[in-house]
Amino acid sequence: MLRFVLHRFLMMIPTLLGVAVLVFFLLRLMPGDPVATMLLGDAGGANISKEMIDSERARLGLDQPLWVQFFKWFGGVVQGDFGISMWTGKSVAYEIGIRLELSLQVAVMATILAVLLALPLGTLSAIFKDTWIDQSIRVFSIAGLAVPSFWLGMIIILLLLTYFSWIPPLTFTPFFQNPWENLSQLIWPALAVGYRYSAVSTRMMRSSILEVLQEDYIRTARAKGVLERLVVARHAMRNALLPVVTVIGLEFAFLIGGLVVTEQVFNLNGIGKLFVQAVARSDFTMIQALVLLVSVFFVLVNFVMDLMYAFLDPRIRYR
Amino acid sequence: MTQQPLGAAGLVIIVLMALCALFAQWVAPYDPLTVDYGAMLAPPSGAHWLGTDSFGRDVASRIIYGARTALAIGFIASFLGCTAGAIVGVVSAYFGGKTDLIIQGVMDVLLSFPIIVLAITVVAVLGNYVVLGIDVNLIIAISVPMLPRVERVVRASALAIREMPYVDAARAAGYSHVRIIFRHIMPNVVAPYLILLTAFVAQAILAEASLSFLGLGVTEPTPSWGLMLSGAAADFYQQAPWMIVFPGIAISLGVFAFNLFGDSLRDWLDPKIKL
Repeated sequence: MLRFVLHRFLMMIPTLLGVAVLVFFLLRLMPGDPVATMLLGDAGGANISKEMIDSERARLGLDQPLWVQFFKWFGGVVQGDFGISMWTGKSVAYEIGIRLELSLQVAVMATILAVLLALPLGTLSAIFKDTWIDQSIRVFSIAGLAVPSFWLGMIIILLLLTYFSWIPPLTFTPFFQNPWENLSQLIWPALAVGYRYSAVSTRMMRSSILEVLQEDYIRTARAKGVLERLVVARHAMRNALLPVVTVIGLEFAFLIGGLVVTEQVFNLNGIGKLFVQAVARSDFTMIQALVLLVSVFFVLVNFVMDLMYAFLDPRIRYR
Repeated sequence: MTQQPLGAAGLVIIVLMALCALFAQWVAPYDPLTVDYGAMLAPPSGAHWLGTDSFGRDVASRIIYGARTALAIGFIASFLGCTAGAIVGVVSAYFGGKTDLIIQGVMDVLLSFPIIVLAITVVAVLGNYVVLGIDVNLIIAISVPMLPRVERVVRASALAIREMPYVDAARAAGYSHVRIIFRHIMPNVVAPYLILLTAFVAQAILAEASLSFLGLGVTEPTPSWGLMLSGAAADFYQQAPWMIVFPGIAISLGVFAFNLFGDSLRDWLDPKIKL
């Protein structure tokens, strides 16, 4: 088991290194120059001389050869230093830190919502396969894959505006300052991104239960007269859960994708909005850090999932 | 048709959308670009079925022309992404060994980006490049994230086919690698390829809408569903809710139809494939 863990852990390194290299060099191909974007953007270039741009480029280290820039940046990253934002001048870690709580909270709330919906709905759908229950749950979940989360967010805002005169708040209240207000602010974006999430998990739950119900041990359980209710609850659901947990984990890592657009709609100052701003401002260091953050998270979730599989199913360890 | 009622429903919606897109000139009641300040933010009525936007442009006509943008980008991006992914997948499975290891490493890297994050990064790097009214770089940006996802599924199918006796026979007959890959293996991964192609048209429509909404995709005045939801639409939530409601329904319906059809296609062709 230890060998498996170690092997699997070491396998993460080339992937993350690849992400770092790819992002870094991809961004250097970008047509926009971050310094020019920053200095010429607001002033319209009226009083900016070539010397000022050059000295600013030197200050940010953009005048050095690419590979020197890469190793400087990567050397910092390995030590936990993500550098300075090329736009705000503050440290990237600080800019991400003040926004992470908000995005993480929405993500966690969306996950809870998704799990609460997916487990019962997916199971029901599988047990009542091809009946009207199954058909309506399937339509509900396929619709969840179709409705863009940002549009769902807009419709939620529209309904709240129309019936409760609610407007998206301009500032975000931290949970520990006022839990009730905090939850009433974030439940709506969580709902908007959570619908798609629950749809994906419901479909996985359904197909997973259907697969497990074909197994011999289910036939055995039925043959020895176990109540159908208990066959489903004790024998089928438990064994069907693993792939569902995997999907939930991977989707959680990818929630940032949904948040990128949805945060714009709800005017939330989170990681997603930061990413869009960073791209618009060619803030290289910020984009690199954010992309790396998402990838590290995704790769870690994958790693933990693999360990869980190996722990639960010894056959995997010896492959 | 009768065995897969949901899939048939999806197909009907797809055909209707395609007809609207092809014959937009005749279907749409107005020109989608004509600005009419006399009819700004007009609610749905006999003259404007779905109302007008803040420039007095007919929302229904913009949605009908928007189908053209969505389907064109959706199909081309999905075709590019899936074809490239299928070729890489088959090549990776066929050669195996070091080649396979390196390709899988690269795919793992690409897979660790969420679709929209990778697409935004690619758009930012490439910029916009419009040919014949279609943004080529936008299409590339949408198809890049599909590549590793298609590659994985196709590689898995191709691994089984590589072991087939007829592949050995072809090799023994001295055929070139290229010929074996394209004549003997590719035709046998058509089922997963078609399933993924349909499913990814839905993803592409969604990605185009998201990118256009963020201002990184299709640019004004080209009618695009995502673009219709951005900018002015959000300023007139209460005065003109039709500006928000209808384009969103169009996106959802389009994606919904392709997902339904793709699902049934999978059940019919190859139920074991996980999308």
